[in-house]
Amino acid sequence: MAGAQPQAPSQPRTPGGAMLRTLGGIAMLSGLLVVLVYHWTRPIIAENKRIAIEKAIFQVVPGAVTRKNFVLGPEGLFPGDAGKAKGDQVYAAYDRDGRLKGVALEAAATGYQDVIRILYGYDPGCQCVTGIRVLKMAETPGLGDKIARDPDFLANFEALDGRVNAAGDGLEHAIVTVKHGTKSQPWQIDAISGATISSKAVGRMIDASGQRMFPLILRYRDGFERRD
Amino acid sequence: MATLPNRQEQVTLDTFLRGIWEENPVFVMLLGMCPVLAVTNSTINAIAMGLATLFVLVASGALVSLLRKLIPKQVRIATYIIIIATFVTMVDYVIQAISLDLYNALGAFIQLIVVNCVILGRAEAYASKQRVGPAVVNALGMGTGFTIALLCLGTVRELLGNGTILGIQVFSSNFEPWVVMVLPPGGFFVLGAWLLLFEWLKQRKAEPAGAAEGATVHES
Repeated sequence: MAGAQPQAPSQPRTPGGAMLRTLGGIAMLSGLLVVLVYHWTRPIIAENKRIAIEKAIFQVVPGAVTRKNFVLGPEGLFPGDAGKAKGDQVYAAYDRDGRLKGVALEAAATGYQDVIRILYGYDPGCQCVTGIRVLKMAETPGLGDKIARDPDFLANFEALDGRVNAAGDGLEHAIVTVKHGTKSQPWQIDAISGATISSKAVGRMIDASGQRMFPLILRYRDGFERRD
Repeated sequence: MATLPNRQEQVTLDTFLRGIWEENPVFVMLLGMCPVLAVTNSTINAIAMGLATLFVLVASGALVSLLRKLIPKQVRIATYIIIIATFVTMVDYVIQAISLDLYNALGAFIQLIVVNCVILGRAEAYASKQRVGPAVVNALGMGTGFTIALLCLGTVRELLGNGTILGIQVFSSNFEPWVVMVLPPGGFFVLGAWLLLFEWLKQRKAEPAGAAEGATVHES
């Protein structure tokens, strides 16, 4: 037990200032690069989003070529994007002559895997849904994801009955999804065989959104008609 | 300061090829399994994720190598994470600018490249000890190896699960897609099959060398 313990070779100490300088310098460089790329890509991303939303609007409102953004809620109809005004973002879509062809709205409900978000069109003239487009979903590939592309399922929404009741506070008939092959009424949605949960989610979200929004669309229809 | 190895590697073809075969991050090192299994349900997703990871690997490797003498050992991991996160954020914006559909398909996995152990592993084990040239070439090899692995999985899964490659119909309409292949279990099945094939190829390659060695010993 004699002998001194071998001592570890002493390591040069790094001053705290050097560490702070390195981290601060790297953070500044990081900030510079991120801000540069953000400013470079921002207009391109905004344009991509505009194209995507217009493509979706013109798909769910057939015959439309232009659109105008509104915020619609119990307090009224306001032009512009959802921000200070209370209400839901809606898109009025017009044909070449500036006539209102329909209104596009967003709706969402929980599907089999996650929340499904769709954009759908509503024509106040026929008081019917004119089309849907899935914006976001994580449904099972090959089964639930058919809600976005199955032609028979999408045909349900070409003139889905969305008439408002006499009191003007809801739908005359609730929009419901029925078992595949049993659709008998214009307000029913024929489910996809093997994707009942996803099909029902679509019916549920349009019904919930329609009960609230269709009466408002009809009440403020004149506001949509006037194009600036 | 970070300790630097005495030996600086020269750039050779092996510096690049190592990441593709000998040290393939997926088939040999089994790293970055989260994106490998999650986003390879289609070929296009696999290519996009592979290229995004390749860019982050190369850019972060180059910057870490450039700054290696200035980064104190005590704060090196924090510094690498900042560098990697910077390039991932840039990729995130660029993919949104290229295609929103692709961005939505890849979901959170683009942001999760920040915690991909292939990238941090390369920064710590290689780029922080080598000059910029070898660091970049090695990162290119690793990134290419990662992309090839993702492509191997993505192609097989899309083909069997959807009957298509890059959205182009390959099988006739009589083909009944194996839906399970584009679901999470399919990722494990296909990865297992590729690992088996990779190991078999490695053993097959090693056997003649082993046999030749044995023969030499016997003769002596």
